[in-house]
Amino acid sequence: MPVVIVDGQEIEIGADERLNCIEAARRAGKEIPHYCWHPGLSVVASCRMCLIETGQRDAATGKITMVPKLVPGCQTPVKDGTVIVTESQLVKDSRARVEEALLIDHPIDCPICDKAGECLLQDYHFQHGQPERRADLQPFHSRKRDVGPTVTLFVDRCIMCTRCVRFTREISGTAELMVTSRGAKEEIDVFPGHPLANKLSGNVVDLCPVGALGDKDFLYQQRVWFLKREANVCGGCSAGCSIHTEHNQDAVYRLKPRENPHVNKWWICDDGRYGWHHLHDQARILEASRTAASPTHRGNGSGTPATEAVEWADVVVKLRDDLKAAGRLAVAVSPMLTVEEAWMLCAVARSIDSEAFLALGFVPVTGDDESFPGGFTIRAEKCPNRKGVEEVLAIYGAAGRSWDDLVAHVAAGKADAAWITAGYPAAWIDTASAEAFAGLRQLVVQDLFDSPLMRLASWRLPAAGFAERAGTWVNVAHHAQSFRQAIRPPAGVWPEGRLFWNMLGRRGLYDPTAVRQQIATSSPTLAALGGELPSTGVDLRLHQLA
Amino acid sequence: MQPFKPVLLEAVGVPDGHTIASYKSRGGYAPLEATLAGKQPADVIEMVKSSGLRGRGGAGFPTGLKWTFLPKDHPGPIYLCINADESEPGTFNNRILMEDDPHQVIEGIILSSFATRASTAYLYLRYEYPKSWHRLQAAIDEAYAAGYLGKNILGSGFSLDVYLHRGAAAYICGEETGLIESLEGKRAWPRIKPPFPAIEGLFRKPTVVNNIETMACVTQIARRGVDWFKSIGVPADPANPRDPGSYGPKLYCLSGHVEKPGCYEAPLGITARELIDRFGGGVWKGRRAKAVIPGGISMGLMTESELDTPLDFAGPGKVGCLGLGTAAVVVIDDQTSIVDFLHNSARFFAHESCGQCTPCREGTSWSLRILERIKAGKGRLKDLDILLELGNTMGMMPGSTICGLADGAAWPMKNAIKKFRGEFEEYVKRTNPSGWMVTDPVPALAIVGAH
Repeated sequence: MPVVIVDGQEIEIGADERLNCIEAARRAGKEIPHYCWHPGLSVVASCRMCLIETGQRDAATGKITMVPKLVPGCQTPVKDGTVIVTESQLVKDSRARVEEALLIDHPIDCPICDKAGECLLQDYHFQHGQPERRADLQPFHSRKRDVGPTVTLFVDRCIMCTRCVRFTREISGTAELMVTSRGAKEEIDVFPGHPLANKLSGNVVDLCPVGALGDKDFLYQQRVWFLKREANVCGGCSAGCSIHTEHNQDAVYRLKPRENPHVNKWWICDDGRYGWHHLHDQARILEASRTAASPTHRGNGSGTPATEAVEWADVVVKLRDDLKAAGRLAVAVSPMLTVEEAWMLCAVARSIDSEAFLALGFVPVTGDDESFPGGFTIRAEKCPNRKGVEEVLAIYGAAGRSWDDLVAHVAAGKADAAWITAGYPAAWIDTASAEAFAGLRQLVVQDLFDSPLMRLASWRLPAAGFAERAGTWVNVAHHAQSFRQAIRPPAGVWPEGRLFWNMLGRRGLYDPTAVRQQIATSSPTLAALGGELPSTGVDLRLHQLA
Repeated sequence: MQPFKPVLLEAVGVPDGHTIASYKSRGGYAPLEATLAGKQPADVIEMVKSSGLRGRGGAGFPTGLKWTFLPKDHPGPIYLCINADESEPGTFNNRILMEDDPHQVIEGIILSSFATRASTAYLYLRYEYPKSWHRLQAAIDEAYAAGYLGKNILGSGFSLDVYLHRGAAAYICGEETGLIESLEGKRAWPRIKPPFPAIEGLFRKPTVVNNIETMACVTQIARRGVDWFKSIGVPADPANPRDPGSYGPKLYCLSGHVEKPGCYEAPLGITARELIDRFGGGVWKGRRAKAVIPGGISMGLMTESELDTPLDFAGPGKVGCLGLGTAAVVVIDDQTSIVDFLHNSARFFAHESCGQCTPCREGTSWSLRILERIKAGKGRLKDLDILLELGNTMGMMPGSTICGLADGAAWPMKNAIKKFRGEFEEYVKRTNPSGWMVTDPVPALAIVGAH
């Protein structure tokens, strides 16, 4: 195996690994500061922050020959015998000078900058900068420029790393951003009439190492040091991108991509990034209710059936009783549910009616899959767990049953009661389609928002949003990722898993990990879900082959 | 030194010397015809290699050696780029060649393309040269009409197309990879190397970038022979194995405070003093030289006592200059302020820095602002140390930038301050009697917190 020497420490790298000095040094626990380099973008080696000393150790004699000048760590590949020096005085002086140079034209308006607290310019200044500013320059305004519907450019904060420009050229393929002017006067800009408007635009804000690119959705909403982050999975489509949900006091403030080489690399789309606002929508259903037994109870006399709120502890009992009394049960298992929730729902359904008709819930589809030159794809299927629910249905002998099968089953009069789990962030069913469920003795609908179907329901149950769930989703490529709950749902809402857990009579708090282990041992196709899952998830098919 | 008859400049002053008829009457295109009739590309490479020709664009890299870096048996295309973006201040030798003897250049391009197996050559022309543009285009048209360009040249099976491309007046386009980016239609940000252009250049294909004067030299080597070329100039220093020698004639651009500025052809190795006195008629108005730029502003400064330095590829480096550069000798007389000189130099480089690498982008701009303050009578001795530090740390040679523009900005800075520190100190003390000794950050900074 090739050996690289980082500050005197020998580390082995893979025989066919192609690493640069930054990556190799990181293996040795040494962070080489850098701005312009990003593993997902081309190398430009222009910020010069990663300058280091390198050399080569002669394999035969062991003699080390150093390169007589500084080299950029990002641009310098390592091979067997490469010597990397990251802490010499020459390197330290060079970093201090680059920091000094970058701050010459920077407004240093950290108190009003959104990036403060997660800004590389700040961090590196304290780590590598010099305490005294020697530059003799007049302060100037921090100019703001609208570059598109999602992003504001703070022109003077920019350090010209060009990550954003390269992103729009190499990953989104839309090339809206460019560099204008020359020398110290150069700026990032867009061409007039061609704003930064693509479905991956928010990523440029993540890429920006300083506060130059601001996300309009997040701007001035929260200081970043108040935010807590939970490793999560985006529920926006069947791609299942790894994300961090960043939140404070049960309110989500932003979603950030979480690096996952198997799924989304470093990126997420804007649909996903800004697709959390429904969680805090005032119109969400926040209480469990059912059609009142007596018409006078909370009746409004307008023909709409009167409803009564039901305490969750009572739902656990009364829902089961009502469904059992109704007769033949049909259940739609929503692709918004986690594998654990789906598995428990099927178990609950079969415990009520051992012949219960189980089928996949409604699968929302919008347009076609949308692929970008950088390899990123936004899926047309706007639900995160169809594959996972299908696997669970297969365990219960309901493989291949779709929403249409369920509708046909109900329309054919083969069911007396239906339990429709939904949880969709957008409207998904119209009045005509809902009519199919009109004549049932009991109709349970579990959803985030009111809908024509919800208005027909005898049992109205709130659902949880994606950040409020815990469990496992399986994306379109059979890649399973487990995640924990990021925020608590609004008061009065039980996540589906908690309800099913209690309806199964299990004790204590809902424990998705325990359910997952149970699923893994009971099904060979989901065996890969056993044990501790890596944060980047597992491929179900690979484990089946093994 | 033996009397020297101009070769590269032989058409200067000849009526209609720029036409193909005049060029052929002086023996032009005969070497090309002979080469295409019986020689192989390798023969031409060998000829240029053994002549010891070094690139005339500034860096002085051996031309034949550069050509051999091209991959062997490459399926093509291979490109030849001719750098005529002559933007180094003080330099105008390419302009003379293109205006007065364009066919000499074109013959060199054809020979070099034949040697490198390039079937397309791009001539990247400085925007400010409209006359060169017209003359070159007319000469290219004549060459096509005469069958020296186009498909199957002179029945040899070798084909070549030459395209004339006008730049947009940016200094950085003279850097070879900046030129390539610009030709590709992009912002002229120099590329990181490796890969070098010989492996991956224009349109990601193997590319050679050569200077106009280099092309003219190739023509003359083909016409007059390797021995003639090697008889001129300075042989390699036997004590220095890394010195390939400085052979051949060179066009020196003499300007500044001399009686007779102009472009003069002389053997490589002529001293600056001889050039000024013999060709330039001495420093003007009977004054003495204070300093001389040896080869374009980016090469630094020689003092009067260093004027006996031979202007070959190794000479200026021995007195602390960056090198011979473009051999544009600019004379600065003893009435001129070096502070003014350095301010002007800094203004040029701050304006022309492409802005890619942090040290150059901010360093050139900062040094200009310091010099503006010094000129405004607010200088401090400490500023000289900062300028020197910037000069010592900025550039490709210390490794802090991608291309050599920063070295070019740094060299006049550190040469001026090292060699003329007394004058700078005197200026600062005289113009800022109350503040020259202050070492704290300048007071303007106090209002940084105001926003």
